[in-house]
Amino acid sequence: MTVRDALNSALDEELKRDEKVFLMGEEVAQYDGAYKVSKGLLNKYGDKRVIDTPITEMGFAGLAVGAAMAGLKPIVEFMTFNFSMQAIDQVINSAAKTYYMSAGKVPVNIVFRGPNGAAAGVAAQHSQCFGAWYAHCPGLKVVSPYSSEDAKGLLKAAIRDPNPVICLENEILYGVPFEMSDEALSDDFVLPIGKAKIEREGDHISLITHSRYVGVCLDAAEELAGKGIECEVVNLRSLRPLDEETIIKSVQKTGHVVTVDGGWPQYGVGAEISALVAESSAFNYLDAPILRVTGADVPMPYAKSLEALALPQPFNVIKAVKRSLNVS
Amino acid sequence: MSVMQRHFFQVYVKSKGLQTCHLINRRVFHRLSANLYSQNPPTSKFDERPEFPGSKSEFISKLKFIDPDKVDGIPVYRALGRDGKILEDSEDPKLDSETVIKMYKDMTLLNTMDRILYESQRQGRISFYMTNYGEEGTHIGSAAALDQKDMVFGQYREAGVLMWRGFTLDQFMDQCYGNENDIGKGRQMPVHYGSKEMNFMTISSPLATQMPQAAGAAYAYKRAKNGLCVICYFGEGAASEGDAHAAFNFAAVLDCPVIFFCRNNGYAISTPVKDQYRGDGIASRGIGYGMPTVRVDGNDVFAVYNAVKSARDMCVAQNRPVLIEAMTYRIGHHSTSDDSSAYRSVDEVSYWDKQDNPISRLRNYMTNNNFWDEEKEKAWKLKARKLVMKSFAEAENRKRPNPEEMFNDVYDILPKHLEEQKNEMKAHVKQYKENYPLEHYDKLF
Repeated sequence: MTVRDALNSALDEELKRDEKVFLMGEEVAQYDGAYKVSKGLLNKYGDKRVIDTPITEMGFAGLAVGAAMAGLKPIVEFMTFNFSMQAIDQVINSAAKTYYMSAGKVPVNIVFRGPNGAAAGVAAQHSQCFGAWYAHCPGLKVVSPYSSEDAKGLLKAAIRDPNPVICLENEILYGVPFEMSDEALSDDFVLPIGKAKIEREGDHISLITHSRYVGVCLDAAEELAGKGIECEVVNLRSLRPLDEETIIKSVQKTGHVVTVDGGWPQYGVGAEISALVAESSAFNYLDAPILRVTGADVPMPYAKSLEALALPQPFNVIKAVKRSLNVS
Repeated sequence: MSVMQRHFFQVYVKSKGLQTCHLINRRVFHRLSANLYSQNPPTSKFDERPEFPGSKSEFISKLKFIDPDKVDGIPVYRALGRDGKILEDSEDPKLDSETVIKMYKDMTLLNTMDRILYESQRQGRISFYMTNYGEEGTHIGSAAALDQKDMVFGQYREAGVLMWRGFTLDQFMDQCYGNENDIGKGRQMPVHYGSKEMNFMTISSPLATQMPQAAGAAYAYKRAKNGLCVICYFGEGAASEGDAHAAFNFAAVLDCPVIFFCRNNGYAISTPVKDQYRGDGIASRGIGYGMPTVRVDGNDVFAVYNAVKSARDMCVAQNRPVLIEAMTYRIGHHSTSDDSSAYRSVDEVSYWDKQDNPISRLRNYMTNNNFWDEEKEKAWKLKARKLVMKSFAEAENRKRPNPEEMFNDVYDILPKHLEEQKNEMKAHVKQYKENYPLEHYDKLF
């Protein structure tokens, strides 16, 4: 099942399960979704549950926050998270902080979802990764699925979670098919937010990553296995809360860490994991400094060749692994 | 009849609105259309009508711009004169004396509380305060016309709405002091009240963010079919925010039962209205969004009452938003961080305080109708002050909230890392308790 279909099932099942849940965003209804994630949902649930909005992110994010404050459970789709910057005050100052600022009286049960990070050839204003921006804020939960199973389980969990949750999808992954277990195909399949998954076990080095870069790490691991280097690939699945236990356990096992994410290097996801590991008991098990592989510190270039070089590729990961292990 | 008049005639005939509503809509639109369309006589050279998806009015063959400077401003509806006399008998809300006295007492109690709390900030007892001087009429007039269960999204200068609904002096002061009784657990700046019980959404500092939220809450109410509406207060300055545009457009497109109530008080901190907008205030925008609109004298409690009552009926019966622009004047400074003598004359302020004040206007009405006099005024002034001072002293002497509360309510469930930090804090304070002023706080151990 492709990631797109997995997300569609998640939305379908949750809309069916709870009539307070509704989806709103630009093009989600009549057009079946800008990326067809909400295909067929308007026909099934009608225009009171799947709503096309005027073009105003601050408007519909604010409206959804108000609806959540009044007891509904909105799912807000941003056509890409780049456009969420126009609504970011509503997301942070209203959705994230209100439960705290109202002393627990006003919960905001809302999900903000959409494609995050780089796509292909859409240039700087459509390619930024917002993982670090949102995971920075207390009051929010942030999930970042890789596989179809991740997508379905995490989105369902996000919708059922009474806190505001950001679901960072990835456009490139939408069309990628993954195996789905029978359990994952059931309509009650939910993944816990805050638990990472070991995608591949290994003894030599821990690759800590999320979203599309899980795929990049798996490719790198495959190539490195041919050279006798066994990588453990940790799919974070959640950026906030981070699964500290799994990360620490993995580092204690391998003694080497490389973080891989697509955002800019400064103050990013890799930086957080680096600090986390350094401050934890895993520090004593490190045999090498923690290394980060990140997107290049430039606004995303448009030219295909440059875009490819601005994002982590398997060769970047392999290079970092070799440096960490001090092999050539 | 012009197309616009015809449309609104149909609207008010359909609604269960009061006669007042009928008069408000007709009066506004007759006036407006008379000016807009008299420049362009309706006879057209073309046989056909426009069929564009975006607009289907009429074709004309002479180029003529609509000049905003030549269109008359939307008139201001007033029911009670400055002298306290009802202007037109048909517009008299005919409220009983008990209700009118409650209106008066709530406005004056608020005024008294404002004076005490403003002073207390000046004396360093609370950190910040915002007064409501001059705008009490907008609060009380609107609150009295609503159902207690209608949800309120305020900006920050609507304390009178809470006062009307029964928020106690203790509750107001506990919030300003952030003491252990504060419903908000000391998490917010003073005057950022919130009360689930009174259906008053917790005040949020960023301007106009409450506007699309109000539209969303109204949408939720429409879905629930609970016969309630939402009221959203905002200033004429906040109406410049993008959120305001989004809220108006959305509420109209999605048919949300929300009353948008603009307090146009002349100033946004130091920015006068002439630097805030070029058009005819906020009311002129309502029509552009497709909302029934009225402009009222905000210092006239009865006019505000009538307008909100009508608006509410329209909202609930037809599931559509309504815009009310209440013209008033901000007699006080923006907040305790402001000294308005820096940008306006003392004379200007004094004029509004003495000549056109919602409190004195209502008092005139009450004395004219013989259910208030100098003696009652004196007695009430004394009592109000006593009540406020008592509450004030008690609020100041209460303990501060339990420091543990700092870690709660970030999420529905306390996350492990915060639990660890909370325990660390407690262990540390327990060990070094002589160094911490624990006697001022709700029991930590």
